[in-house]
Amino acid sequence: MQTIYTDVLVIGAGLAGERAAIEAATAGHSTICLSIVPARRSHSSAAQGGMQAGLGNSCMGDGDCPDVHFEDTVKGSDWGCDQEVARLFAERAPIEMRQLAHWGVPWNRVVPGKSTYFKGGQQFEKVEKEENAGLITSRAFGGTAKWRTCYVSDGTGHAVLFTVDNVCAQHGVEVHDKTEAISLIHDGETCFGVVARSLRTGELITYIAKATMVASGGFGRIYPNTTNAVICDGSAHTAVLDTGIVPMGNMEAVQFHPTGIVPTDILVTEGCRGDGGTLLDVNEERFMHTYEPEKAELASRDVVSRWMTHHMREGFGVKSSYGDHLWLDIRHLGEKHITGKLREVYEICTGFLGIDPIHQLIPVRPTQHYSMGGVRTNKDGAAYGLKGLFAAGEAACWDMHGFNRLGGNSLAETVVAGGIVGRKIVEYMEGTEVLFNSRIIDETYAAQKQRIDDLVSGRKGTESVYKVRADMQQALHKGANIFRTQEGLEECVDTLQKVLERARTVGLRTNGKGASPELAAALKLEGQVKMALMVAYGALKRTESRGSHNREDFPARNDRDWLVRTLAYWKNPDDMLPTLQYEPATQVTEIPPGDRGYGKMAVISSDDSKGKEG
Amino acid sequence: MSRLLKFNIFRYTPQDEASVPHMDEFVLEETEALTLFIALNRIREEQDASLQFDFCCRAGICGACGMVINGRPGLACHTKTRDLPGEITLLPLPVFKLVGDLSVDTGTWFREMYHKTESWIHTTKVFDENALEDRMDNEVAENIYELDRCIECGCCVSACGTARLREDFMGAVALNRIGRFLIDPRDQRTERDYYEIIGNDEGIFGCMGLLACEDVCPKHLPLQNQLGFLRRKMGITAIKTLFRK
Ligand SMILES: Cc1cc2nc3c(=O)[nH]c(=O)nc-3n(C[C@H](O)[C@H](O)[C@H](O)COP(=O)(O)OP(=O)(O)OC[C@H]3O[C@@H](n4cnc5c(N)ncnc54)[C@H](O)[C@@H]3O)c2cc1C
Ligand code: SF4
Ligand code: SF4
Ligand code: FES
Repeated sequence: MQTIYTDVLVIGAGLAGERAAIEAATAGHSTICLSIVPARRSHSSAAQGGMQAGLGNSCMGDGDCPDVHFEDTVKGSDWGCDQEVARLFAERAPIEMRQLAHWGVPWNRVVPGKSTYFKGGQQFEKVEKEENAGLITSRAFGGTAKWRTCYVSDGTGHAVLFTVDNVCAQHGVEVHDKTEAISLIHDGETCFGVVARSLRTGELITYIAKATMVASGGFGRIYPNTTNAVICDGSAHTAVLDTGIVPMGNMEAVQFHPTGIVPTDILVTEGCRGDGGTLLDVNEERFMHTYEPEKAELASRDVVSRWMTHHMREGFGVKSSYGDHLWLDIRHLGEKHITGKLREVYEICTGFLGIDPIHQLIPVRPTQHYSMGGVRTNKDGAAYGLKGLFAAGEAACWDMHGFNRLGGNSLAETVVAGGIVGRKIVEYMEGTEVLFNSRIIDETYAAQKQRIDDLVSGRKGTESVYKVRADMQQALHKGANIFRTQEGLEECVDTLQKVLERARTVGLRTNGKGASPELAAALKLEGQVKMALMVAYGALKRTESRGSHNREDFPARNDRDWLVRTLAYWKNPDDMLPTLQYEPATQVTEIPPGDRGYGKMAVISSDDSKGKEG
Repeated sequence: MSRLLKFNIFRYTPQDEASVPHMDEFVLEETEALTLFIALNRIREEQDASLQFDFCCRAGICGACGMVINGRPGLACHTKTRDLPGEITLLPLPVFKLVGDLSVDTGTWFREMYHKTESWIHTTKVFDENALEDRMDNEVAENIYELDRCIECGCCVSACGTARLREDFMGAVALNRIGRFLIDPRDQRTERDYYEIIGNDEGIFGCMGLLACEDVCPKHLPLQNQLGFLRRKMGITAIKTLFRK
């Protein structure tokens, strides 16, 4: 058994993990990031659009500041977020953007003078101020009052992650790539590190650390149609779930992005709509402004996705062999803009669809995109339930997104939370002595070894990994999608329970030697089905609509009964359902629940003392 | 009737004593908009669960899926089968260490490259949380990003004759990286500093200038211009250095 000791262990080398690692390393702690892929391939690099910070440098962002950003974030969350956290985030975001500039991110900058821009298909003019020349500029994104999205052409995540990874290399952060954490090591009170599997050799490696952080990104791959990378499968979440102690927050809050391309669900950035692209229906007519006169295409994602689905249900979808879709039109932005600021979009269209977006429409439909739910932490990023365990980024439910994340707020969250939680980890390290319990370390290792032997020998059964996985994905797709109903969710939970039983009897087709991809998939499968159940069961119990969670049978947002966060536990490994508990969405209320200004819906106010709805 | 595609795929699992390097044949019916990403996953899920390959973003932005496709390094995720003949041969990228089948270890190679090129901004300026960001001309920023677009897929390295001959050759990707810092006003390194890193056969003077690198780069980076630019710059620095001695 190979054992590696480090002060700080980070599961994940995306932006959140690496940003935190820099804090730990520069404070003098030995720091290792684990990653399934080389750090720079982490999904953070796929973010094209940009990241939000209330800098207020561009003329369309004039007057922007953390207060306005905070307000947008709380509204965007449909009041499901922790307002103290949203406040921390909004205040810190501008500083982090400047820090990134200092480290080398080539942000697009303010160019003084006149220029044109598009909104809702029409052209307007703007004049950038001379005195702001060369400061970080911004573009428009959905759900924001001001242009606030800082960007690097349309490779923001790529440029930022490369820069942050450079700083990691500079400060001696080690990245152990092709290494996947498969189990946490803990004694019920404190986390001691993880057992990981080498994706080069298949060996198990024990990592012992004083502080462990989960920064493993989203888990969109439990759905069949998603914009997420194939590694975003929640494998680290499943390890956390297995502790039985640490809860997941708001798992039912799943974001669908309006513009995944058909058929492969590759994302084309919200920057397309931010820069003036429009959505068209089968008659090639705009429709968003009829539902949302104010914001039209630039309402928040949950709202746009919903209206798109609604519009297709009304018969205005474009028929295709992959089902109905709508069109995204960016033709009017012109060749220079499309091949410059939207070059990735241009390449995705020409490379994967064989269409030219300068002259042709792009087929799009809403598709799974972001997991608001995840490892529940407090405002310091400390996970509930286990000392020495932290989480940040998309993997966490730190909870500044509530029930809907605004575009550009996630990438910004990764670095802001990474910085804050990184500093909290340093504080924790300085004030804590950790005694490692070698018996528990050995037992955990042995248990993982046993799990692998069982899968390889087929002792528990011979179900196919890939078939069970596909059935889990289909069940979620069918029952826990953009529109949800009691009936659909009950059926979904029911199906998933059957799938769970089968997941427990998986056996490999191959010998599982070396980096075996089949073994990697099998090791996380049962946990994934449990996560799927957390999504579906949480959604079934939440009898209201809030942000991305949309119950057709309970269309109102119900602040009287549901201004709460769901905490989902998997208390006993053999359980067939998660155990749900609830806590108030926020302790501090700067902005009381109100109207979001888009996506009009009924609200049952918290002052409303009448009996339960329906 | 759609085509039946024949795949010849390189197979070898170094950790399995029973495994010997060989080619395996798989047959798959072509469907609409089929890419190598979809095809390889189908083969793994339906025909041979042990097949190893790497995909991550499956959208041409992360660089995970470099492999040799009918003799040419490229990204498998954005390769459509309709652009290929009915017989498709897939090999792992050379130069990088083999993990198994089509999967190679690019991470270690690139990590070494960052350390060799010291791929970070060198500055004595200390970040001040309370100050405005330093201003930068937008055009400069865009020029830097142009070179920053590399996704480290390794295709250029695999296509490079020099890199195959000399293990220590840094490759176009590293030279491009130096070019990126050279034009960044925030990096305080001098041309002599860069010369220390690449003014030798491991660097710019080892390049034979045949430009296979630019031909295969899926991101269409201007590698040819970069190599020319650096060769001139480093040539001049070399002369200056000689005279100073
Ligand atoms: C296509 C796309 C475009 C997007 N565009 C934007 C945008 O423009 N603006 C915005 O704000 N947000 C955007 N987002 C969202 C945003 O990119 C992500 O939420 C964010 O990058 C997540 O960063 P992270 O650091 O939390 O995780 P990631 O960057 O996903 O990194 C996760 C890391 O964890 C590792 N890992 C996972 N599991 C394990 C394990 N078991 N063991 C070891 N390592 C593990 C992975 O290898 C990886 O290194 C986009 C998302 C997608 C899918
Ligand atoms: S031009 Fe130079 S770097 Fe490019 S392939 Fe040829 S030898 Fe290699
Ligand atoms: S320069 Fe081009 S070919 Fe080389 S690693 Fe970068 S993206 Fe790939
Ligand atoms: S899988 Fe990311 S580039 Fe091909």
